[in-house]
Amino acid sequence: MSLSNRTLQILNVLTVLLLVVNTALIFLYAPLERTMGEVQRIFYFHVGVAWVGMAAFVVTLVAGVLYLRTGNLRWDRLGAASVEVGLLFTFLTIVSGSVWARPAWNTWWTWDPRLTTYTIMALIYIAYLMLRQGIDDPNRRARFAAVYGIVGFISVPITFFAIRIWRTIHPAVIGTGSETAQGGFDMTQPMVVVLLFSIATLSVLYVCLMANRLQLEKLAERVEQLKARILSA
Amino acid sequence: MRAEFRTRELLSTMLVFSLLVVLTFNFALQLDRMARENVAAGVLWVTTIFAGTLGLNRSLAAEKDRGSLDGLLMAPVDRSALYFGKMLGNWLFMLIVQAVVLPVFSLLYNLPLVQPLILLSVLLGTLGYAGVGTLLAALSVQTRARDVMLPILLLPVAVPLLVAAVQAGGGVLARREWSDLSLWFNLLVAYDTIFIAVAYMVFDYVVEE
Repeated sequence: MSLSNRTLQILNVLTVLLLVVNTALIFLYAPLERTMGEVQRIFYFHVGVAWVGMAAFVVTLVAGVLYLRTGNLRWDRLGAASVEVGLLFTFLTIVSGSVWARPAWNTWWTWDPRLTTYTIMALIYIAYLMLRQGIDDPNRRARFAAVYGIVGFISVPITFFAIRIWRTIHPAVIGTGSETAQGGFDMTQPMVVVLLFSIATLSVLYVCLMANRLQLEKLAERVEQLKARILSA
Repeated sequence: MRAEFRTRELLSTMLVFSLLVVLTFNFALQLDRMARENVAAGVLWVTTIFAGTLGLNRSLAAEKDRGSLDGLLMAPVDRSALYFGKMLGNWLFMLIVQAVVLPVFSLLYNLPLVQPLILLSVLLGTLGYAGVGTLLAALSVQTRARDVMLPILLLPVAVPLLVAAVQAGGGVLARREWSDLSLWFNLLVAYDTIFIAVAYMVFDYVVEE
């Protein structure tokens, strides 16, 4: 699960380089969108972080299932790290979405199904972290976190479904024009290229943060072991 | 669980709490006749959700405090039987509370709440709530901050249930067609099925040791 120090450093440098290139692409290469103008450039970042946020929680789900199957604490560490990093991306998504929504929809926030579901998902994973904090025994913590990671993840698509049909049944609530605004522009070839590059870059950023997070966990464990050895000596 | 029927402590707490919430809403929301019809289903379900949290917490905390959970775990029965026993018990409690709250609610708010479709939505909604709630309560009683942990874990997961149940109940009150409503009832059934199945599969891991 964990990389050597050297590979980790290479990964860090690579990530920074990619981020720089990505930013340059977004601001210099990607064409200006006609109706929304400059602000549309946040789209590449927004979609990228949203995608990674979702993917991070899928990793937690898979890690949870694998932990329950194998009982190997490695999977638990992976799952927990992925929630922490995933929450970071989730908040970036919500913030960048709000910044974009302000000029595009003329509001910071609408109760659109996607927004609402995403926020509830964030709350589920905050609860996940709080649950972990409340348990001392590492094995029990791992089991409970895995169980909640599975239950929480399953509820996300159902929540989305429930809210979406709720909104379509009540036409009065839709009036904000969010549905039309959302699919509101066609992408040209360079736009697609930049979007894909952005998603790839942010995925590398995710992997990089995860690798560092797991390394940190490993070091913390070493410290604990050393402390225990000193105390017992 | 039999013990609970003897003491009736939990049941009366849930009942009094539910009635208090119903009354509190009356003062908090300035309910006139129009507003009452619109928010009745919502008020009913918020009441159910909070009273349910109270009940779920107590039902598993009591087992843990008395040490009877360990006893039950040592009993030569399948762990899943334990889950279904607990879940059905919690469901029954919620239904008993509803049996009192619904008539009182319809009396105080002057609404026809006691009718077959609303009863069905209550039946399905509380089933799903008890199903996922029992699992998460079994988790939360074993954590440090156990009394506050359950709502934090349970409420975000129960959102689809709440949406579906409120829409179904509100739709019946607004006399909508069955074709409009069936969607919500389907969703309730789907939620119940999925979460009870998942809870059944993972419950073993929660009560291990």
